[in-house]
Amino acid sequence: MAMMRAPVRFLAALMLLLVVAFAVPAQAQQPTSVNPQAQSVKEQELLKELKKIQGRGTLPDARSEVIEQPAGRDWRQFHQVTLRWIGAIAILGMLALLVVFYLVRGMVRIEGGRSGRTLVRFNAFERFVHWMTASCFVILALSGLNVTFGKELLLPLMGADAFANWSQWAKYMHNYLSFPFTLGVVLMFLMWIAWNFPSAVDFRWLKEGGGIIGNAHPPARRFNAGQKMIYWVVVLGGGAAAVTGYLLMFPFYATPFYTTDVAGMQLAQMVHAIVGVVFIAVMLAHIYIGTIGMQGAFEAMGKGEVDVNWAQQHHSLWLEKEAGKGHVRGGGVAPAE
Amino acid sequence: MARMKFLCDADRCIECNACVTACKNEHDVPWGINRRRVVTINDGRPGERSVSMACMHCTDAPCAAVCPVNCFYTTADGVVLHSKDLCIGCGYCFYACPFGAPQYPRVGNFGSRGKMDKCTYCAGGPEPDLTPAEYGKRDNGQFTGYGSNRLAEGKLPLCAEMCSTKSLLAGDGEIIAQIYKERVVRRGYTSGAWGWQTAYRETIAS
Repeated sequence: MAMMRAPVRFLAALMLLLVVAFAVPAQAQQPTSVNPQAQSVKEQELLKELKKIQGRGTLPDARSEVIEQPAGRDWRQFHQVTLRWIGAIAILGMLALLVVFYLVRGMVRIEGGRSGRTLVRFNAFERFVHWMTASCFVILALSGLNVTFGKELLLPLMGADAFANWSQWAKYMHNYLSFPFTLGVVLMFLMWIAWNFPSAVDFRWLKEGGGIIGNAHPPARRFNAGQKMIYWVVVLGGGAAAVTGYLLMFPFYATPFYTTDVAGMQLAQMVHAIVGVVFIAVMLAHIYIGTIGMQGAFEAMGKGEVDVNWAQQHHSLWLEKEAGKGHVRGGGVAPAE
Repeated sequence: MARMKFLCDADRCIECNACVTACKNEHDVPWGINRRRVVTINDGRPGERSVSMACMHCTDAPCAAVCPVNCFYTTADGVVLHSKDLCIGCGYCFYACPFGAPQYPRVGNFGSRGKMDKCTYCAGGPEPDLTPAEYGKRDNGQFTGYGSNRLAEGKLPLCAEMCSTKSLLAGDGEIIAQIYKERVVRRGYTSGAWGWQTAYRETIAS
């Protein structure tokens, strides 16, 4: 066949042409109009499949290649409705609870009054770390609440310009004070972890409700079960708030570890906000019991020393240990062994 | 007043990016900010479609809803605009926007994104119409203001006005929907009015 002569080849081509020519009418008629749509992408189908529509663009920013993602509507619902309910219930609920508790129980007094003898509860460094973290937390909490509730509560009072100004500064404070706050959380984690593992004493303390109801004072070591819970809320909540906060603050640097597209940022904001309002609610209880809720408690973080009778009442096992080391001073009375 | 809308007929868009260029030029938009962009879906495969996308000026706009300082407002024409004086650059509008419209002058870390910028539907901003304050400054790396205000001059957005295939339509929502419907009837197919369901909670029947 390779050596086929030219006339033969011509004949073969002619025959092929004839076959094709006769075959065409036998096939279906041409459609009256071509539908270039037959294979084309359709918006609603893409959205159903993927919940977002992405293509190829010419801009260097890959995020611009997503042209439609209605998920923002869900996030809006969270931010404008769900979060406000969670926040309002957690914070106002906690405040109401504390007011009722104060009215019913009043300040927990030191039984038998002060002994005049004291012992060191928190050294200067511990107190520095605590107050650094606490002062940052208060500003972070207020500036954070401003983002969610400010335009409803403050905007009508302050006017648009003043409120935008304040919000701008609040945002700067929120961003910059996150650094000392995070440092404080890390330091608290490290310096108090040794006393914050759960133990058998904690179960008894919890079973007796920590002496919150009634007048029992279950024994406790340096930190009782309630304080341990505060500790873990601060460490884990503060950690989660810091991680999600930095994801929001540095939106693109986390790309190797985290999806930093819009859905990823929405998730980070949701976690950050929920942790934030729950954190605030828990801290309200912490502030209450450390100030007006309990006589003798504030001085632990204030001047760093507590009265022996306070320690006996709330941290009996810790007092025994400290007294054994001869750490109790003042009053000229030998510590009870 | 008319309810202004955008409509991109994806069956006509040829991805020439002229709308993008016209927008950049009209408002002197700096490098890094893209008020409008063209994205091709299923690029290189049968049935690929290109869509020109910008702020769709949504009905009940999610950006406006989530803004913590209420810097957005909707004009009588249904155009969603914002005040850069009030904006604090938090980025929330970008998280809420279904179309990726909000842009920031700086690539954003440390809460220093700068004031948000987006498509104004060529309708300027809250400052008095057609003033230098409304247009803003563009020298020395500054980017203030909102660009030109064609609507105040009685003109429609430039991106749509100069679209070579008349794929991108801008104007009264009812009129452009009617134009699109007639096109669909005549040619017999449609891939949908992209973004309309999400932005306006309606589709154009085909």
